[in-house]
Formats: sequence, C-alpha cells, structure tokens
Amino acid sequence: MPTTRRAAVLGGNRIPFARQFGPYAEASNQDMLTAALEGLVARHGLAGERVGEVVAGAVIKHSRDFNLTREAVLGSSLAADTPAYDIQQACGTGLEATILVANKIALGQAESAIAGGVDSASDAPIVVPERLRRKLLRLNRAKTPAERAKAAAALRPTDLGIQVPAATEPRTGMSMGEHMAITAARWGVTREAQDELALASHQKLAAAYERGFFDDLLTPYLGQTRDQNLRPDTTLEKLGSLRTAFGTGPDATMTAGNSTPLSDGASTVLLGSEEWAAAHGLKPLAFFVDGETAAVDYLGGEEGLLMAPAYAVPRMLARQGLSLQDFDLYEIHEAFAATVLSTMAAWEDEEFCRERLGLDAPLGGIDRAKLNVTGSSLAAGHPFAATGGRIVATLAKLLHEKGSGARGLISICAAGGQGVVAILEAA
Amino acid sequence: MPRSDGYTSFVNSGVGKKVASALGLPQPVPLRRYAPGRPLVDGPVLVGGHADTPAVSALRDGLTAAGATLVDAVPDGPRLGGVVVDLTAAETPADLESLRATLAPALKRLGRCARVVVVGRDPERAGSVAQRAARRALEGITRSVGKELRAGATANLVLVADGHEASALGTVLFLLSARSAYVDGQVVRVGEREVHAAPVDAERPLAGKVAVVTGAARGIGADIARTLHRDGATVVCVDVPAAGASLAAVANEVGGTALQLDVTALDAGTRILEHATTRHGGLDVVVHNAGITRDKLLANTDAERWDSVLRVNLLSILQMNEALLAKSGLRDGGRVVLVSSIAGIAGNRGQSNYAASKAGVIGLVDGYAADRGLVRRGITVNAVAPGFIETEMTARIPLATREVGRRLNSLAQGGLPVDVAEAIAFYAADAQGAVSGNVIRVCGQSLLGA
Repeated sequence: MPTTRRAAVLGGNRIPFARQFGPYAEASNQDMLTAALEGLVARHGLAGERVGEVVAGAVIKHSRDFNLTREAVLGSSLAADTPAYDIQQACGTGLEATILVANKIALGQAESAIAGGVDSASDAPIVVPERLRRKLLRLNRAKTPAERAKAAAALRPTDLGIQVPAATEPRTGMSMGEHMAITAARWGVTREAQDELALASHQKLAAAYERGFFDDLLTPYLGQTRDQNLRPDTTLEKLGSLRTAFGTGPDATMTAGNSTPLSDGASTVLLGSEEWAAAHGLKPLAFFVDGETAAVDYLGGEEGLLMAPAYAVPRMLARQGLSLQDFDLYEIHEAFAATVLSTMAAWEDEEFCRERLGLDAPLGGIDRAKLNVTGSSLAAGHPFAATGGRIVATLAKLLHEKGSGARGLISICAAGGQGVVAILEAA
Repeated sequence: MPRSDGYTSFVNSGVGKKVASALGLPQPVPLRRYAPGRPLVDGPVLVGGHADTPAVSALRDGLTAAGATLVDAVPDGPRLGGVVVDLTAAETPADLESLRATLAPALKRLGRCARVVVVGRDPERAGSVAQRAARRALEGITRSVGKELRAGATANLVLVADGHEASALGTVLFLLSARSAYVDGQVVRVGEREVHAAPVDAERPLAGKVAVVTGAARGIGADIARTLHRDGATVVCVDVPAAGASLAAVANEVGGTALQLDVTALDAGTRILEHATTRHGGLDVVVHNAGITRDKLLANTDAERWDSVLRVNLLSILQMNEALLAKSGLRDGGRVVLVSSIAGIAGNRGQSNYAASKAGVIGLVDGYAADRGLVRRGITVNAVAPGFIETEMTARIPLATREVGRRLNSLAQGGLPVDVAEAIAFYAADAQGAVSGNVIRVCGQSLLGA
C-alpha cells in the first residue's frame, strides 16, 4: 500500500456567478461547467493533457445529464482520455469533490485532478405531476391500438401542470429559508447583525475585485465579468429597508438582502501531487490538510437544518489537535447571514458545546477580521454545487498571499441537514 | 484561413475579370499564403546581378537547401517563382544596368504571386558618393517594380553587410516565401552579426522557444499566437481580464497558457516574466501587440482619450520592458517585436493620439536596437507596421472608406491578420539574429506614407 502524501491546490477557475434568469438563463449546466473547465485549462496550460480525473456535480440536474462531468470534459480542451464522474451532496458538492480527489492524490491513486460544481436555477428541469407521469408511462408501454386508446383515454385535463424544483426540504415541505428562520430565532440572531454581515460581504467582494484578486481565479462568461449579485454601493439603510422573506412575527429577520439569491454558475479547482505540479511548472498555493462531513437529525433531533458544520468542525479539530482559534482565515459559506451567525454563536455557547458536541469548554469565538475576507455567497451568489470550488480556490490563493504555513478553515452547510468542512494550509 | 473580400472574389470570376479589365479597375488576386509543407516558391528562381554577385554566391546553397530551383537565365518552360538580383557589388549608378538587364526579361515571365528580391548594401556605409547614389537608387527601383508587378507579385529590397551576406539567408527566404504575402516595397536591413543558427526544422523554426503575445484574445494578436505556435513556440497569451473568455479559447487552441492582466499595470512585466519562467522555464520572444484606439480629431481630443491610448500603446511597453529586458528577463538571443502602424508613419486624420503612440513605437525600436547591452546579449528589437488589415476593427469602417483603404496599395486588397503574424514570426526565429532595428510595413505597398 502506498503511504500518503500531500495533495496541493494549484489553482482554480470559475465563471462569474449570475442571478436566476439573468445572463445565463439559457446556459445549461454542461455549458457552464465546460466554460469553467476551459478557463482552468487555459490558465494552467492543460490543453491536450490527460488529467487524473475530473469530479463535479450539480444539485439541480436534468435526467439527460447523467454523465454531466464527463460530457463537459469531452467538450473541453482536456485530452479525451480524461475520466470523470458526477457526485452530489447538495451545497456540499464542490467541497466534497475536492475532498475526494485530494484523498486520491494523497493515496497515490491520482497525480492530478479537477474538482468542481455547477448549478443553474434558471435552466431547471421541468417535472410533470406524478399522476400524469404514470399515465404517460402506461401509454408508452401500450402495445396494441386498443391498449393505447385505453391509456390515452385515462388522461384528464386536470392531470396537466408542471412542477419547477424549489429549495424545499422533501421531508418537511419547508423551504431552506423557513428552516433557517427557526435556527436564527433559536440563537437570537438579530436583523441588524445579519444586515451587517451582508453589507461586509458585498464590500469585501467589491474590494477584492478592485485589487484584481480575481484576475487569475475567474474567466468571464457570456459578457459577464463580475458576479451579477454584487452590490458594491449597498448600505445598511438599503438592506434595512427590505421586507422580511422568511419567518413570522418578531422572529422574522431574514430578507432577500441577507439571504443568498438563487444563482447560476460553475467553478473548478485544480489539484495535484507536488511532483505533478513541478513537472507542469505549477506552484502549489495550498495543501489540503483534512476534511470532515457531518449530518444532523433536523427532523426529530431538534437541530437546525443547516447546523451540521457546527458538529463537523470540532470533530476535525480534535483529530488535528487544533483549536478553533488556530486559523488565519475562515471561510464560512453564507447560505444565509443567519447561518454564519448561528454557527458562530453555537461554538461560543457553553451549553451547546457541552451537551451537543460533548466538549469540556466552548470552542470560542472567531476573529471577525479573518472571516470571509473577500466576501462570500451573500455577495457572490450561490449556485449550489459551484460554491465549494469558489471557496477552495479563493482560500488557497488567500493563504498563498499570507505565506507558508498559514491555515484556513472552510465550512459549508448543505440540504438534508448536512455539512462539509475542510482545512487548507498555505504551501 | 484564406479569406477574400467580395470584390476580389468578383474580379477573379469569369465575368468579373472581363468587367474589371474593360474598365481598368484594380484586379487583386487571392494571395499565396503559407501552409506547412508548401514549397518555398512556385517555380524556378532566377538569380543574377552585378559583377561577381557576392550575395548570391553566399546564399546559393541555402536557397537550394530550402527547396528553390535556381536558374541563371529566364527559362523557356515554367514561369518564374521569383528573382533574386544581387547589386551588392555596384560601384556607380552605371552598374544599375545589370539590374535592368536581369530583371526586365524576367518580369514578363513571372508566375502568380512571384517574388522579386533585390539585394544591395546600406547607402550609409558607402565608400563614395557615386556608390551611395547607386545604393540609394535600389530603393527607388524596388518600389517602382513593386507598383509595376501584377497578380499578387511583390518586390522587396534587402540590405546586407559586407562579409555577412550569408546572415541574410533567413530574410531572403522570408521574402521569397508565401509567408511574406502582404509585404511589398519594403527595405530590410541585415546587420553584421554572424548567424550560427543550427540547422532547424524549417517548418518549426521556433521549436523550444517561449513567446509572450499581448492582446492575444482576438484579431491580429490571436493570429500571432496561432502562427508562433504553428512555428513551434510555446505561447503565453496575455489580455485584459474582461477579454478572458476569448483569451482562454485562443490559449487552448494553441496549447499555451492564458494570463489575464492589464498591460498598464505597474507589475505587468514582472508578472509576465514570472509566469513564463515558472510555467515554461524562461522567455525568448516578446510580442507587444496590445493596443487600443480612441479616435477623435485632435481639436476634440480630451486628456483622457489622449492618455489612455499613449498609456496602453506606448508607455506600457516601456514599463513592461524594465522587467522583460532586465538581465533576469529575456534569455540571450531573445526577440522583441513591437507593433507599429501605418498611421504612425503616414499619420491619420482623427488618430493623432494613436499615431503618436505608433510613431513612438518606432522610436522604441531605434532606441532598443542601439542598446549595447541588448546587442551583446543577442537580443533583437524590430517592429511591424500593419497597413489595411481585414479585422473586426476595420470591418466597422464605413464601406466607402473601407474600399479606398483596401485598394490603395499595390496588391489592391487588404491584408489578413496572419500576414502581420508571419512577419512577426520571421523576426522571432534564430535565423534572424542579424535583423534588428527594422520596421517592416505589412501593407501591400500602401500609397499612404510611402
């Protein structure tokens, strides 16, 4: 058996994220993933190159896209003998893909790999109601004219109708925002704190664009050169004037301004062994240190739908012998401003840390100056599966800027009560 | 990609030929363009000249090795692919008769897109007034012949240094070949540096070289990247981040790398060098192609329009070259190629800012080419000055103006981006170690600024 070695994050590329029904309204997941791959290939000189494997996925997927990532590879400039497969773990997809390929590289099963994700909230599959679907399948199975006539006669005008997928939890029928509103109330997260976090996200993302930070992380697509959702000139007053969107009564603190919008976009990250990187003239930005996933029982266990990262992080820290304060940078995915604030509140809460996490003392606070320093999903937008790749590439570059040994923590919540977290360390 | 404008297609059709001929209209032909595997010239090459023709003697073996069939008299059979007339031994204007005697009968037997290459010496290095007059006369003759030639044929002059005739081989081959399709009526000076180019694969003269092309996302820049790649170079494609999508497409097409940056950024040169060094191990060829236009009559040009054009087209080159031409920059034997413009030579109404930048580029060539440090390192600096080139930019010119621009040259047609790229690739090759300080116009011998 091979011993493990370090897997390096070598670079990334994404297309600017766009709002639902915006400039990418007509672009498919395959189009966007291919575009993101093409930019990555161009930046790293991989045209005609066989990469160990490409792993990506989409949360909202057409049935025709059963081999989405492989199809994107075939449409790209990578060598056609580059294998690929799809994974899906809701909003954790991109980070989970990174963990998968980093582990393969660490084990010597791959020399290089690309992890990524894509999602379109615009070019969504349309589903017919279940009753109609069954009748249509019956019609399709019919062999004789008589059977066909009988099956056709069973169709009723009332069967018609279409269902567009929504960010709704199948087991509760509640939207993700409604779930989050319960958790926000549980942790007493205020409207003001959420708006402040949202404002900071926009300001920091805008500043990062201004200093050219994304020049080697992003390739324009369909005329879009920056994230469409970015509002560099938004203010607390503007955010404060928005109507609440989730929750009821005094607990309603969440608005369209402090929640991520439905988005379209794709991202990719290039990883490799140090040998492969050197052979390709690529300098590692960061090494992948560890990853952890967690899930919570949000149905019967009285835990918030998006709180799984609060459990995943301490498990990973314990394994690594690190404290929550041992990081130079934190990337906590802003599904909602309240997600970030609830998670941090939980880590500071003695009772939660003792009873839920089984710790002797609270994990403690995070220096907010180290949190999402180039903005996060509230400003950039959140094409579900593409967020992980955005964060990994961004953090790897930020750590590289900080210098060797700098450490960063990633935390991403996902539907189904799940969470994916990881640690990167500057090369 | 052979492309042709509508008029050229028309006059090359049966009826169009008759109409154009009856009305005395220009009759452009589709130019012979290079593709790997094509012969150097289509037909035998007549060689001749004055006295003992020292240049022809020095070049004979090289020309033959490159596939040319040399003849000393106009043959009865096939039409000539080219003529090389050597007047390097001319002492007085009387000796020019040798040129007339060689060329006059040959001109009637030239094939389509044939080549006339006159070889002479630099008038400034003449030993007598009479010799200087004779040498200077060659320029007038060559330019007149260029205007006299038909059917895509061109005439150019090469000035070679005494005792270094063999160093001109690459230049003569370029001017004979299809690579110089739109180069007409030009004078190329070949210096005294000995060229010890190891025999290279003629189809991949840039094999092993690392080249950077700025403004590579589209138009001429994209074709420069393609041409350098075709000739064997690894190409770093540079353009502004906003052009990243097309830049990525070009970089992937040529199997190179894309580097999104603004050439006016203070650290642009350092970043280009760092990219080329870490990714590809070094840098051999720099093509400063990035450029913009902000056209307005000078009377209406504000400081912003003035400044942006000068910053992108001229100042950025100076700034980047601080890093690129430093000792730790371009490798010995490196090549710097700048892109000037016919507007920088002739001036153009409404383009005083652009013309300033493009004339300034010629100043850069003169300055760098004279730099002793660069000369010692074997680094050459040259420019191309495109005339009317068929690009997205010229396609936006109003039809009437565009037609005039297209036809006002000896080849009666616009050039293609690849024609500019070929001249750049020519400069970039090792064989051109003695070619520095030149500004070759790729203009089909345009009447503007001639």
